[in-house]
Amino acid sequence: MNWIIENLPLIGQRTLEHLALSIPPIVLSFVLSVPLGWVANRYRLSRGVLLTVLGLLYAIPSLPLLIVLPIVLGTGARDSINVVVALTLYGIALMVRTTSDALGSVSSDISQSATAMGFSPWTRFWRVDLPLAGPVLLAGIRVVAVSTVSLVTVGAVLGIKSLGLLFTDGLQRNIVAEVLAGMVATIALALLIDAALVLLGRLLMPWARATRPSSTRRSRLTAEAAAS
Amino acid sequence: MIEFRQVSKRFPDGTLAVEDFSLVIPSRKTTVFVGSSGCGKTTILRMINRMIDRSSGSIEIDGEDIVGLDKVKLRRRIGYVMQNSGLLPHRKVVDNVATVPLLNGVPKREAHARALELLDTVGLDRSLANRYPSQLSGGQQQRVGVARGLAADPNILLMDEPFGAVDPLVRAELQQELIRLQRELDKTVVFVTHDIDEAFLLGDQVVILQKGGVIVQKGSPTEILTAPANDFVADFIGATKGKRALHIDRRDGRDVVLDSEGRAAGVLVDGAPSGGDPRPLEDEPA
Repeated sequence: MNWIIENLPLIGQRTLEHLALSIPPIVLSFVLSVPLGWVANRYRLSRGVLLTVLGLLYAIPSLPLLIVLPIVLGTGARDSINVVVALTLYGIALMVRTTSDALGSVSSDISQSATAMGFSPWTRFWRVDLPLAGPVLLAGIRVVAVSTVSLVTVGAVLGIKSLGLLFTDGLQRNIVAEVLAGMVATIALALLIDAALVLLGRLLMPWARATRPSSTRRSRLTAEAAAS
Repeated sequence: MIEFRQVSKRFPDGTLAVEDFSLVIPSRKTTVFVGSSGCGKTTILRMINRMIDRSSGSIEIDGEDIVGLDKVKLRRRIGYVMQNSGLLPHRKVVDNVATVPLLNGVPKREAHARALELLDTVGLDRSLANRYPSQLSGGQQQRVGVARGLAADPNILLMDEPFGAVDPLVRAELQQELIRLQRELDKTVVFVTHDIDEAFLLGDQVVILQKGGVIVQKGSPTEILTAPANDFVADFIGATKGKRALHIDRRDGRDVVLDSEGRAAGVLVDGAPSGGDPRPLEDEPA
């Protein structure tokens, strides 16, 4: 416990470094998944191929990927760009399928009605399809965020600074408190980012909550019925 | 005026939905397409705003072939109301009503002011303006749908079974509301339904369709009721039975109207409204 109190500034700094490594891949995988998911959803043929190939990205073991990427990208072995690129690939692997499903879940009644109103395909995508896919996209990006925060720690093996360094350092020096601190801080950071995303969702999609009351009432009624 | 000349529609899967369809839809009147599902009535309706493009033939609006017009611009000047309202769930009622003016670049403040007026027009309280569609009842949503269809003040209003999904009481209310609106606004309304009672109630011109968009009969409700073109029409409108086959019986000094089963359907009164196309007896308000 003493170790933690004495090293609070270090933990704080590692947390910030961890955050700085986590945010770009989360944002990038979201942004890149939108066009990829659109293509997958729009063209039946590409759907199977694209989703399978991109989904398989997740199967690449992270450590070898972090070793290979500097060679491919011509970056230094300890460059944080490697982590960002690797985690963006994993993020895309998770997010493209969700994006494709989210866009596919928009009711055709609403799409048709928007077309009939005189939305051009481009405007309709940005003002109707994408916003309505929002709740599913949010669910997807929450998974990506938590997964990214957890995967950033792997970089520590190569000496890239993050909360993961507390694991490697703690293991080598046999300081259990340091390993524990690293774990707890990683989980806390994941929860924090998750909460921020939920909050962002509420701000951007007030309609989703307005739409929900009937379903929560229904689930509450079912819960009450089950309890009695 | 909308004119169909020998219009056919074959879908990519090979189905011939509409074959050699010709019809003149007069301005400032309500034309109702009625027929069972799969008769092509919705396809015909959607060819007017090019949601569906015809395969052959021509469709003209006021003498102008719509094939030469920009689809998006064409749709913005034609009102469209569909079943289940088709409102955008992520936008407030006022924004939904203002959809087309906003797309046309009307300033937000102006578009909203007009939207609030339209809520009055369709009989909705302005306090609903800031709700989301899901917070409204089915009937209210349908009224918002009508307000949205009218927002850009189009000459033409297309209505695709707009009252099909609401309960009978609300439907009757919405139908009366549409009759009132049409008296005030004088639009060219093209209405699709599978309900013959609704067709007779709303239509100045009723077009009865069979599979493939074949016109079995067209005319005013009175013309169709008094002279059904064939057995199919007679059967479809139920001309020989129930409340369509009425007779008058004199009882206690008054003329009582009885249906084919001998049940009283109403009493004849003096001073029936004159002018226009006389409505069939049973549809006359008592």
